[in-house]
Amino acid sequence: MTRITKILCMAWMMALGLVLAANAQNKPLRIEITEGIIEPLPFAAPLFVAENAAAQEYAAKLTQVVTADLVGSGLFREIPAAAHISKVSNFNAPVQFSEWKAINAQALITGAVSVTSDNRMVVKFRLFDVVAQAPLGKGLQFVASTDSWRRMSHKVADAVYVRLTGEPSGYFDSRVVYIAEEGPKNARKKRLALMDYDGANVRYLTNSNDIVLAPRFSPNAREIIYTSYETGEPRVFLMNVDTLSRRVLDSEPGMTFAPRFSPDGRYVVMSLTNRGNTDIYRFDVARGSKTRLTNSPAIETAPSYSPDGNQIVFESDRGGGQQLYVMSANGGSAKRISFGSGSYGTPVWSPRGDMIAFTKITKGRFHIGVMRVDGSQEKLLAGSFLDEGPTWSPNGRVIMFFRETPGANGAPSLFSVDVTGRNLRKINTPTFASDPAWSRLLE
Amino acid sequence: MNFKKTGAIIACLLALSACGDNPFGRQDQNGGGTGTGVNIASNPSSVAYFQQTVGDRVLFVVNQSSLTSEGIETLNGQANWLLQYTENTVTIEGHADEQGTREYNLALGARRASAVQNYLVSRGVADNRIKTITFGKERPIEICSEESCWSRNRRAVTVVVGGLNS
Repeated sequence: MTRITKILCMAWMMALGLVLAANAQNKPLRIEITEGIIEPLPFAAPLFVAENAAAQEYAAKLTQVVTADLVGSGLFREIPAAAHISKVSNFNAPVQFSEWKAINAQALITGAVSVTSDNRMVVKFRLFDVVAQAPLGKGLQFVASTDSWRRMSHKVADAVYVRLTGEPSGYFDSRVVYIAEEGPKNARKKRLALMDYDGANVRYLTNSNDIVLAPRFSPNAREIIYTSYETGEPRVFLMNVDTLSRRVLDSEPGMTFAPRFSPDGRYVVMSLTNRGNTDIYRFDVARGSKTRLTNSPAIETAPSYSPDGNQIVFESDRGGGQQLYVMSANGGSAKRISFGSGSYGTPVWSPRGDMIAFTKITKGRFHIGVMRVDGSQEKLLAGSFLDEGPTWSPNGRVIMFFRETPGANGAPSLFSVDVTGRNLRKINTPTFASDPAWSRLLE
Repeated sequence: MNFKKTGAIIACLLALSACGDNPFGRQDQNGGGTGTGVNIASNPSSVAYFQQTVGDRVLFVVNQSSLTSEGIETLNGQANWLLQYTENTVTIEGHADEQGTREYNLALGARRASAVQNYLVSRGVADNRIKTITFGKERPIEICSEESCWSRNRRAVTVVVGGLNS
């Protein structure tokens, strides 16, 4: 993968003599997403300017993906090109703010792309506060090979998202690993699959000979851990995403599953079943040694690290039903945090550290929910016959999960929902899909 | 809930004759007939006899791994058969219905398989002749989303994997 270089073009902006309007400093254009939005912020993203002939084919695609990212977040509304009065044919020409204001655009995104003879692409963009008639932040440019054009689009959209929301980061330049499913319900074929967060660029990493389950990325997204029946019984495997080489993580006897990396990538926590009893172990990836973290006759599984690496949330039926517990990353005593009716599973600690997402089963229905790390402020975001397996977007604002329909033809698909409970969306995949796991922002 | 239960019972009654038929025409991977009267093996040492006459599976209550009295009866038969035909080894496959989360169901299936293993060992079958594996909710044999199907998917199947007659 080509590493995208990011260049801040401060000098370039200054040379253009753009001046901040006085009131832009006092009241920056900002959409507050913690308070709950009633109306998405309207923006215009006129077709990016192709600065040479080779850039023609990319200009429309870049504009389209940037727009799709922003609209898909549910926070922004596109004012379609048909309504535009101004056309932007020169990236450096002065912006006709009155013409954008007339169509009620509050934010304006302009961009330009050029492609060099060695298939390198330069993408530039600027964001403007139409009401304040001022740029929002500096212009940015990204340089990469042309086959990374989608990532460049996502980077532009991430930058716009950060500036307009005030969030510390976006989530568009990211990937999802999931299980692609095909065939009848009682003979389902499963493959490990990788895609961009929006469902583009699907790539299959295994064939369908063996059942594969519940993959997770390493912190740098270069490796994937998952459960496979390749050896005949469920076993945790570690795969390199680039070479597709794979190995059993722990070769000692016993069934292993439910693996997740520690935030520093040094450890994998996972369940190991010995004579019917399932406990959580920490496996040192480099040394190959393991430490037992829970020790009870109950089912202990689905561990997930806090982002600082100090704690682990997991599920256990030690109290009778399936509930959520938090313990030190070194094991020991655990504190129960879920107390509502029904059972709770698949806890996932938010990358921000403040919340835990989970699957809740109550009254014959499955829900995706979030709670504070102390178990307070439980909120259900989605529910159906079977909603399972939440995973957090890199910035902790969005949750992806899978929804399976009931009955003989029942099958799973991927969905995402904002942590506020709004903007439930289906992610289109070429096959049935389950067990999504979101990467961090790509490097 | 009441309506749902009634619906499930009616569905089960209607489906009684169809229940054993796999809608996709696929034999359960273990040959799994439960005695439909066809091809009952007459040779008591055969795997087919074990599957069809002794009974190769036991069923469980929702979220439970304790053996039912019916299950114990089946396992007594399995133990007797294994004690008689000592050249056979078995793998016990634990399964769950679709009503739980994936990873919990893997652990639950393992618990069910282990419950069967422990019982067979308590009846004198050598521990090293028995291997266990869990499939969680990955391999249902019935595919409807009703209790009539779920009750048959919550199972532990004893698969004869080795021996002169396999």
